[in-house]
Amino acid sequence: MATKKRKRKELFALGNEAVVEGALLAGCSFFAGYPITPSTEIAEVMSQRLPFVHDGVFIQMEDEIASMGAIIGASLAGRKTMTATSGPGFSLMQENLGYACMTEVPLVLVNVMRGGPSTGMPTSPAQGDVQQARWGCHGDHPIIVLSACNVQECLEMTIVAFNFAEKYRTPVILLLDEITAHTREKISLPFPDELEILARVAPAMPPEWYISYEETMRGVPPLPPLGSGYRFHVTGLTHDKNGFPTSKPDEVKALMYRQFRKIDQFFYDIQLVDEVQCEDAEIVVVAYGCVARSAELAVHMARERGVKAGFLKLKTLFPFPKSALQPLARQCRTIIVPEMNMGQLSREVKRVNNGLAQVQTINRIDGQIITPSEIFKSIMQA
Amino acid sequence: MAQVTELIHNYLRHNKKFPHVYCAGCGHGIVLGSLIRSVHGLGYSKDDIVLVAGIGCSGRMAVYVDFNTVHTTHGRALTFATGIKMANPKLKVIVVMGDGDAMAIGGNHLIHAARRNIGLTALVLNNNIYGMTGGQSSPTSPEGTVSATAPFGQLERSFDIVDMAITSGASYVARGTVMHVPMLDGLISDALEKPGFNLVEILTPCHTQYGRKNKFKTVVDMYTWYKTNTMKRELYAQKSPEEQQKLTPIGVFRDEGWPGLETRYAQLRTKLQEQESCQSSAN
Amino acid sequence: MSKKKGQTKVTIYPDWCKGCGICIAFCPAKVFVLGADGKSHVAHEDECVGCGFCELHCPDFAVSVTPRTAIHSAVPSRDVRAEPPAGPCNPDPGPEPLPSPTTPEVEHGNQKA
Repeated sequence: MATKKRKRKELFALGNEAVVEGALLAGCSFFAGYPITPSTEIAEVMSQRLPFVHDGVFIQMEDEIASMGAIIGASLAGRKTMTATSGPGFSLMQENLGYACMTEVPLVLVNVMRGGPSTGMPTSPAQGDVQQARWGCHGDHPIIVLSACNVQECLEMTIVAFNFAEKYRTPVILLLDEITAHTREKISLPFPDELEILARVAPAMPPEWYISYEETMRGVPPLPPLGSGYRFHVTGLTHDKNGFPTSKPDEVKALMYRQFRKIDQFFYDIQLVDEVQCEDAEIVVVAYGCVARSAELAVHMARERGVKAGFLKLKTLFPFPKSALQPLARQCRTIIVPEMNMGQLSREVKRVNNGLAQVQTINRIDGQIITPSEIFKSIMQA
Repeated sequence: MAQVTELIHNYLRHNKKFPHVYCAGCGHGIVLGSLIRSVHGLGYSKDDIVLVAGIGCSGRMAVYVDFNTVHTTHGRALTFATGIKMANPKLKVIVVMGDGDAMAIGGNHLIHAARRNIGLTALVLNNNIYGMTGGQSSPTSPEGTVSATAPFGQLERSFDIVDMAITSGASYVARGTVMHVPMLDGLISDALEKPGFNLVEILTPCHTQYGRKNKFKTVVDMYTWYKTNTMKRELYAQKSPEEQQKLTPIGVFRDEGWPGLETRYAQLRTKLQEQESCQSSAN
Repeated sequence: MSKKKGQTKVTIYPDWCKGCGICIAFCPAKVFVLGADGKSHVAHEDECVGCGFCELHCPDFAVSVTPRTAIHSAVPSRDVRAEPPAGPCNPDPGPEPLPSPTTPEVEHGNQKA
């Protein structure tokens, strides 16, 4: 076969710009946002690109609460939608994020983490929003939280985020950090036909038979766009399968259990990790975001010294990839968790580890990245 | 007139419990009827209407009407509606809010929706109180009135919703009451047909939480108050300043017909995409 | 709308009426009275001038005013005047009592069995 090898388009892009490229490839046509460092480039590039997309809409809202409201509304109207923010804005978004969880509205929320709490360090990296991403909005809810460690991954994980959002009819949070978002690297854009782009399930029945929150095999009810003839009610109150408010215990239980089940039963699909030299590892470093790059280098440095070190990169943070970590915990002697907070994800590691291996943490909250040599030192001492 | 009742029944969700949840004499039911008559009169399809509501007594309206209905978070109804309208400008988006919803927690969203002149019809049901939570002061509770959180009288001054909307840039602003229903039908129909951000403030009594604490013996007294203390804006203008203080003007306060943001954005998009295709064909 | 008296039938749906008293207070012809059950009742139907205020201002959609010649368009053959007048002790059956087309067949089947 003498087909001409296609050359992918290459870009020298910021992490934030790569997020936009990924979103557009995934079919995003609606962005609402509010400027906040260090996520602002996402909104800026979206404002340039979306007017050239078919029916594309960019709108700058009055605050992050409104941004979240607007993308939920647009998603209900059938669009693939996204917003981007950072710590303080993420806190403001929690209210409507909870609404999106309760009403099962697909959307992607990019949170570029910066030093906190409060205004904190707007131009310095941190990983302090990990547990907020999981438990930020009140009430029990399932949610998908993803992360990315370099610019190419920003693009790839944004596409994954859109696919998960549509497939599981849920909000998906993509957690970046200031370093990943503001690093400029060469990336290559995949051809559209190389990608698997998913769309939400449309109802297969006529409007009069449609039950908006019906129990289905996958636990994901079909979602038609507003105005398509399927008139239904959407409410943030606990609702019955027809979408109307209820507080009857059996109906509330059915709703909440289905919402958890639709994520729980697809852990194998959602929990994404990369394993590097873990086959025979006695010491495993578990990292995500910008720290993952330091960790990977540190593991290579240790291998050169003959230490059996391995690296587990978490691309999915929640639901926490238990099935990937637990076998490693059985196999290795020590797990090292470097992260730029006081131990938010290491709590999950310790929970899953459950005493199998020794868990060490490396924590920094001074706005500086954890260096490869810091992690290397810990590996050599472990 | 039976057609009126039959018509209302046609637009209600029959599987919902009726009579509706509102207290005896609450004006929200009258607004619901007025809205339905307006929608019917203009010949809109139920499928093309999205009713977005906030939290509170007014938010309950979304359950009863057989449109596409979205019952949102407190004060945020306008933000959801903005997203829906920008995503699909063909939809007729009606936002139903209370005074606490629109002026307190959602005040920022209201002034910005008006400023950007997004093509929505906002109905603000002003009953001067937080009814559903038990009668606390709202931003429109008049100075001196008693409420659950102002037991010794409200010290703060109240908002004028119409003035606020005009100042913020809404293209159509009106005020009606549930005592003047034929006029209210006209205002809502009018607002639904105009481009841009349309706001109708509707004065509606809450006897349970507001009237009883503020010297209204019955709900009928409140309706009588609306009858005697509101006046068409044209007649109001002829009154002396002393008389005006006791009166509330009703009617249309602004009608500019400015195009909505969704229209302006679509025009920009068309222009840019045409330029782009010209350039690529030239290359 | 005709302003002549006695040309309309006024109906209260007692299940939906909450007895707020708006129709009683504002009816220009004083057609309604508050009944012992706390709900509005039609007492002086012949006084009704057909202005429609009660129907438009009932917050619960519990009043309907119809011309006496065509009360229920869905049931055209029914003679309005043959009905007992709706009064305080005689609540109206409610809106649109549509005759079920399947009823006779069911009866027939039962007779066979």
